[in-house]
Order: sequence, then structure tokens, then C-alpha cells
Amino acid sequence: MKKTIALICVAVCMAAMAASPALAGELVLKGSTTVLPIAQRVAESYMKLHPDVKISLSGGGSSNGIKAIVDGTADIGNASRFIKSKEIKLATAKGIYPVPHRIALDCIVPVVHSKNPVSDLTTEQLKAIYLGKIRNWKEVGGADLRVVVISRDTSSGTFEVWEKLVMKKARVIPSALTVPSNGGLVQAVGTTPGAIGYIALGYLNDDIKALSVNRVPGTPETTRNGLYPISRPLFMFTNGWIKGRTADFMNYLLSKKGQQLVEEAGSIPVY
Amino acid sequence: MKQQTIEKTVKWCFMGIALFSITVLFLIMLFLVFEGLPILNHVSFKEFVFGIYWYPTSDPADFGIFALIVASFLVTLLSGVVAIPLGVMTAVYLAEIASTRTAEIVKPLVELMASMPSVVIGFFGMVVVAPFIRKTFGIPVGLNLFNASLMLAFMSIPTICSISEDAIFSVPQALKEASFALGATHLETIVRVIVPASISGICTAVILGMSRAIGETMVVLMVAGGAAMVPGSLFDPVRPMPASIAAEMAEAPFGSEHYHALFATGLVLFAFTFVFNLVADYISHRFRQTGEASL
Repeated sequence: MKKTIALICVAVCMAAMAASPALAGELVLKGSTTVLPIAQRVAESYMKLHPDVKISLSGGGSSNGIKAIVDGTADIGNASRFIKSKEIKLATAKGIYPVPHRIALDCIVPVVHSKNPVSDLTTEQLKAIYLGKIRNWKEVGGADLRVVVISRDTSSGTFEVWEKLVMKKARVIPSALTVPSNGGLVQAVGTTPGAIGYIALGYLNDDIKALSVNRVPGTPETTRNGLYPISRPLFMFTNGWIKGRTADFMNYLLSKKGQQLVEEAGSIPVY
Repeated sequence: MKQQTIEKTVKWCFMGIALFSITVLFLIMLFLVFEGLPILNHVSFKEFVFGIYWYPTSDPADFGIFALIVASFLVTLLSGVVAIPLGVMTAVYLAEIASTRTAEIVKPLVELMASMPSVVIGFFGMVVVAPFIRKTFGIPVGLNLFNASLMLAFMSIPTICSISEDAIFSVPQALKEASFALGATHLETIVRVIVPASISGICTAVILGMSRAIGETMVVLMVAGGAAMVPGSLFDPVRPMPASIAAEMAEAPFGSEHYHALFATGLVLFAFTFVFNLVADYISHRFRQTGEASL
């Protein structure tokens, strides 16, 4: 009798194991704070569809996202920039093959105080301002007001894009204020009349005013068709080609529904 | 069990616990040294400490932390200028002048303020004080050296006040009475007898308060402005060492030059606080009040 009960128990356990879908389990996402709002929305909606999948999300920056893939501490590493050759070397040395997936586009817009009359700057003017060559707004057609240059911390992904696309690797003046987050920058620019800063398009609100660059306003259309000069793709990196639940998640993210969530998160869908 | 065995066990237990905490702290210090020193393979000591350009992620990178050291030093100095007189005078008032009832209400309040989370003070500085400073002084930006010093002063006043108060309060009653008996007024007694008698305690309080200010991270990260330059005026933005470490550590690739540079910055910061504590120790021994006759 005891034996039969034990056998039944084993049978039931095995049946339960077989019945549970192959996709169940945990998915770990780490990395860029720019990708975080997208990942958050998509993860929430994905978990509603697949209650058996647990997704854990954390920020920490693009470098950390790629590091997590290299160290194997995450299934997906978010990055707001492409992988560096140094990082590829580090990864291949450990037998890891990082695969990039372009999941959204981001556009970085220069912003000023809402009362600033200036509405357009060229990339050269932006560079001159961040080099400290233009120090007063009247030099670019604004009021007689000192320019307060606000930049992001040198380790942020947004700064890296700005440095590459606007500064062309020249150095931002040391007297530029630095702010540790997009939100902090909005706060600082919104309360300082002479301020100029730059943020991801998704963080734009009514407290601050976005400038057009080379007469092209930063919008989803101009970013997708490549006219807007300060834009970048956002990536998710995986170790090797995706399979199993990582593939399922990525497909969902790149589906129409997923890309709609990308738009809701303030970034620009890839199609 | 024999009484003696229990005694011995307790003794060894306590020694083990004490050794453990000291060892852990010592290992952290060793870690700091080992992670910080490799930066000297990339830049010389002189370039690191006296270099005025901090561009850790540029190519080629510059690792000069002079601007950060000056920023930390100035922020601490200025906050001291504000906090020390206010803190010590409040302490004198509470211990000597205020009625017992007032002191009983105010002292716990001051101590409560010491437990205010620094992020709250930082947020207050950013949202309320920064626009206020900008409008009042007609300067372009409110996140600067002055604002940061003010916020740090707010943070260190409770520490300075409550420790000084303890020191002043513990001055022997006999000294005071002797002073009164010689015909001194209350003010003369405070200035000539009570403060000198408790000077070692007050110094400890000041140094502890200042250590808190120099090591404070959140407040300076939020309100100092974060510009890595040697300030030319009171209203220039600065980037003290802790702010720089906190803002950049998360993104510095493990084992890179930037990573080592940040640890080395931490080492310099540690050297600062270490010297502070040495000075405090020296002063409190030098001016120690031994017995009532040594004044």
C-alpha cells in the first residue's frame, strides 16, 4: 500500500513537471537607465501574458548591462550604445558571444528654459557653447544672458552620445554643471533661465523647451529617417543567438504591440 | 561550570568580536589601497593630485583631482565657518543659559535633526534653496559652492551642538561656583572658565561635525553643481570628491584606469578624514581637563 502511494506521488510530480510550459522561469535584465522605462513596460505587459515567467529588472548603466552579459549575471543586457571593441575582447576571452538587438531609437534634444527666445541652434553652435566659446545667449540671437552649460556625468550613455555626435570628441568645458540623471537635468534647466542641457526625447515636458538642431526638430519621424543629427539606436545584448524564453520576450518586444509600448515609454519604435 | 571558565569564555568572546570588527575595517582599508594605487602606473602622483583636468572617460583621459580636492576642502571650510559658531553657541545656550525646561525641549529636537536623512537635505537644497540663492544674489545658477556649504552646515550643526553640549554640561559645578565667588559675571564665567574647561570636548565635536561634512556624498552630489573646476568665486559650481566617486563608480568598467582613479580619490579622501581625526585626538589630549585645578 505504501509503495502504491509513493508511486502515485512520483507520477503526479512528473505529470506536473511535464505539464508546465517550457517558457516558465526567470528572466534577468540589467543595464542602461535609458532602456529601463522601455524594459519595464514591456516586462509588465509580458508577465501579464505569461504569469509563469518572472522578470527581474535593474538599471546601473550601459557598461553594467554589457558587463552582466559578459559575467553571465543577466539574460539580457540593456545598452544605449553599441558594444566597445574592448568589451568584445573581454567577452570572447570568456567564451561569450554578445549579440546586439536593436529594439528602439532614441533622440537626444538640446533643451533650454521655457522663457528662452532661442529655438534653433546648429551643431557647430552647440559645440561652441559646450566648448565655452559662446558664453552669452545674444551671440546666438537670444537675450543678453549668460549661458549656463549643463552636462551629464561623463559616465552616462547620454553624455557619450552627445560627446560623439555634437562635441566630436572635443572636451566639454570644466565649468559645465553636471547632473547625474535625465530627470535632474530637466529640474536644473527648468529652474535656471540661462541654462542649456540635453536629454532623451522621452523626458521632455512643459517646464523646458526643446531646440531644433540645424533647423530639424527632434521628432520620431526625423529620427527614423535619419534627418535629425543627434539620435542613436538602443540595444539589448544577449549571449549568443536568442532561444527559449529570451527569444519569446525579444519577439514580443519587436512585435507591433511591443513597439507600441516603446512609444509609450517615450522612445521611438524601430519601424 | 566553574566561575573561572565562564569569565574566561566571556573574555575571549569579547576579544573575538572586537578583533572581528577591527579586522573588517582594516581589510576595507587595505582594499582601498590596493585598488587605488594602480592608478600610479598611468599617471604620476603629482599629475594625479595637482592635475586640474578631470576627464576620466575622454580619449586620452586626464586624471587630475586637484579641482575635486579644492572643492572638498572649500565646501568643508565654508560649512565650518557657518556651522561651528552656530553649533557651539547653541550648545552654550542650552547648557548654561536656557532654563531647564527649554533645554529639555530643544536638546532632543536638535538631536532629532542629526538623524535627518542627507538626501532630504539635498533635495531641499536643490528645490528650495537653489532658486532662492539664484534670485537673491542675481547669479546664473543656484547649484554651487555656497549652496552646498550651507546644506552641509545644516547637517553638521546638530552633531557639533549635541556633543559640545555634553562637554559643556559636564564641566564641574565647583569651577563655576569658584568663578562666581571671585565676582565674575555669568558671561565672564562662560567665556573664561566654562568654554576653556570644555575645549577638548568642543574640539572633538567640531572635528566630528567636519568629518561628517567632508565625507558627505548625497548632499554635494545634488547641490554642488558638479563642475570639475577650481572655483573662482563663492557662487561657482564645484565637484567635491565624494560626489565624483558616487556619480562615476557605477559606470567605471571594473579594473579600468577610471576605476582605479576613483579608488585613489577615495584614498585621498580617507587621508583627509584620517588627518582630521589625528588632529582631533591630539587636541583632546593636549587640552584635556585633568582634575579641577589644572585650569
